[in-house]
Amino acid sequence: MPGAGSSWGRWPRHRHRTIALTNRYQRLVLDEPGTLLPYGNGRSYGDSCQNDGGFLLTTRGLDRYVAFDVDNGVIECEAGMLLEDVIEFALPRGWFLPVTPGTCFVTLGGAIANDVHGKNHHRLGTFGHHVLGFELLRSDGSERWCTPSENADWFAATIGGLGLTGLIRRLRLQLRRVPGPFLRGQSLRFGNLSGFFELSRDSDADYEYTVSWLDCTAKGRQRGRGVFMRANHAVAEGTTPGSGQWRVPFTSPLPLVNRLSLRLFNTLYYHRPAARRADAVWHYRPFFYPLDGVLEWNRIYGPRGFYQYQCVIPPATAPESLEEMLETIAVSGSGSFLGVLKMFGEQASPGLLSFARSGTTLALDFPNGGAPTLQLLESLDAITRKAGGAVYPAKDARMSATSFQQYFPRWKEFLRFIDPRFSSSFWRRVSQDPQGEAS
Amino acid sequence: MRKVLIVGATSAIAESVAREFARREDRLFLVGRRPQALAAIADDLKLRGAPMVQFRVQDANDISAHAELIESASVAMGGLDTVLIAHGTLPDQAACAASVERTLAEYQTNALSQISLCTLIANRFESQGNGTLAVISSVAGDRGRQSNYVYGSAKAAVTAFTSGLRQRLHGKGVHVITIKPGFVDTPMTAAFDKRGPLWASADSVAKTIVRGMIAGKPVIYAPWFWWGIMQIIRNIPERIFRGLKL
Ligand SMILES: Cc1cc2nc3c(=O)[nH]c(=O)nc-3n(C[C@H](O)[C@H](O)[C@H](O)COP(=O)(O)OP(=O)(O)OC[C@H]3O[C@@H](n4cnc5c(N)ncnc54)[C@H](O)[C@@H]3O)c2cc1C
Ligand SMILES: NC(=O)c1ccc[n+]([C@@H]2O[C@H](COP(=O)([O-])OP(=O)(O)OC[C@H]3O[C@@H](n4cnc5c(N)ncnc54)[C@H](OP(=O)(O)O)[C@@H]3O)[C@@H](O)[C@H]2O)c1
Repeated sequence: MPGAGSSWGRWPRHRHRTIALTNRYQRLVLDEPGTLLPYGNGRSYGDSCQNDGGFLLTTRGLDRYVAFDVDNGVIECEAGMLLEDVIEFALPRGWFLPVTPGTCFVTLGGAIANDVHGKNHHRLGTFGHHVLGFELLRSDGSERWCTPSENADWFAATIGGLGLTGLIRRLRLQLRRVPGPFLRGQSLRFGNLSGFFELSRDSDADYEYTVSWLDCTAKGRQRGRGVFMRANHAVAEGTTPGSGQWRVPFTSPLPLVNRLSLRLFNTLYYHRPAARRADAVWHYRPFFYPLDGVLEWNRIYGPRGFYQYQCVIPPATAPESLEEMLETIAVSGSGSFLGVLKMFGEQASPGLLSFARSGTTLALDFPNGGAPTLQLLESLDAITRKAGGAVYPAKDARMSATSFQQYFPRWKEFLRFIDPRFSSSFWRRVSQDPQGEAS
Repeated sequence: MRKVLIVGATSAIAESVAREFARREDRLFLVGRRPQALAAIADDLKLRGAPMVQFRVQDANDISAHAELIESASVAMGGLDTVLIAHGTLPDQAACAASVERTLAEYQTNALSQISLCTLIANRFESQGNGTLAVISSVAGDRGRQSNYVYGSAKAAVTAFTSGLRQRLHGKGVHVITIKPGFVDTPMTAAFDKRGPLWASADSVAKTIVRGMIAGKPVIYAPWFWWGIMQIIRNIPERIFRGLKL
């Protein structure tokens, strides 16, 4: 079995014991000391799904459908079910996830706890906007049904609540109608960041899904170039990808991602003919989940794993801050395999600690090169802090308490909702007193 | 459309098997001890495609209820052609070694209750001239080992019993299937360290089981490579085997 309990960045490594949850009526047995943390499918990159020295409550055994209202597209299921299973169930009946992240191997509980976003944020907001209600179990045995109107304070604390407010056992989700599995749209190249902003402005009104890939290895006049994709659900004829999947069979002893392979990959990606298509039809799988065809792709980064950095920068400062980031990355010489760029919409997110907010979001991953990588990420944080932005906890393994507390100004309000028995490695790090923080 | 009775339906392996049958739009009748869990599983199986799912709360050790239980499943589904017997416990070997009572209680759960159900179902299938009876035994039943010989020998009884039934009913339209899982990641094995290539998920084991049941395979090792492992273990001479710490 692949190592249960690790995070997607494969770094940092933690030790914990696991308690497997297998049905939604199970009580939490707490006769041993130690803190608890729900664990979904470990698709968070850093330590927000880790609880060093404590227990992980593994939730994949909570994977039952409870009810489905086919007329209204309301699905009720247990929280350990994967988005993939929801799609498999809903799509043949004409429904789809209202919001989906870039992988469907994520549990519903995990999607709530990070209040995840997708390529349609400017239209439909975050995942939490579509959650009609959930049942929250606390370590004292109490159960609450939380909705935007019932236990609304618990609802807001638990959405984006990083698993700290209790265990979500069951939830009700509003799906959205789709005509079928296909999307139709365009793929366009842009030569620099202003090209990206222009395309975003032109596209956000007519296209539900917009996202860009950014070539982080391009230098000089080519810096900021990339490929912009925009699409809508559509009635279309296309090819359905086979169900075959590749698996990276073992952890490469050396990282396969280095300066050369990155440059090559990014250059090829930019210049491949499919980067410019006036009328493209995608099946939803390659469109939403391009990496899901290669199982355990994170192993290519070798035994030391990698860091991911995702920030959002407010609209006013986005162009200059993003330029500054690209400059900083270029100077450091440590490129990113995939840079993803997207404009968020203005809808306020439903969670006290939700990450998504108005602005431009940039996501990058970096092979773990030790101290220089951490320095680079800290200098990116300096830019994000100055710009009044935020960094995404789901992808973080290193942000300082100072940064976190600035990025999430409502964190103190959140404290009273934390279950006294729950904690995470991430939380112990970012809730420290910044004065006492180890530098 | 099959009409499937599952005893021990709250077992992780059994639930995964039930999902496979639900996907094939078969009718299901579930037997287990925990009503809430059974209801949750039944709702799920209906949404996964089963046109009819009913459950009954019953301890498998209540042997006097077996005949009535089988009849009620048949009445509910309008017949009965497929049975999976899945319930079981993993005894604390040291505690059993110290207590005859405990040892016999484990035999009750892991051998006698199966034998009772098999006897009744085999006779029913024989007279109706068709049916598939599958019983979950274990690779542990292939040879007794000091670390869990109470469990292993109870499973050995199930293995030998179903082997005999299979011969008796051969040519009478009835398939008797002995299922021998290896290490499966389920609540039964919660206390084990599950790293390493020998551990399989309940889902993957269930797929192997259902494929074998539909094909009418006599003995199913799940995953298949346990057949090879058990060939080796079975063939170690007793003189060497008795000294091993297995
Ligand atoms: C390839 C890839 C692409 C991605 N793309 C995106 C993207 O586009 N947008 C985006 O927003 N994110 C994205 N992510 C991040 C991912 O969506 C989130 O990290 C998600 O929360 C992971 O869910 P999980 O089920 O794996 O949960 P885990 O990573 O295991 O846990 C995440 C958090 O949820 C909590 N949790 C899990 N289950 C429960 C429960 N039942 N009750 C209470 N708390 C619970 C955990 O305690 C933890 O704090 C991506 C990740 C990958 C690997
Ligand atoms: N897991 C393995 O590695 C492994 C290997 C080889 C064979 N097996 C066999 O596979 C079968 C299924 O086990 P599993 O792995 O799926 O474990 P499991 O999830 O723990 O299932 C065992 C089930 O047996 C039920 N049960 C126990 N005593 C019962 C009784 N008196 N009456 C009714 N039901 C009873 C339990 O019911 P409750 O839910 O009410 O407790 C439980 O649902 C068992 O026969 C086991 O011996 C398992």
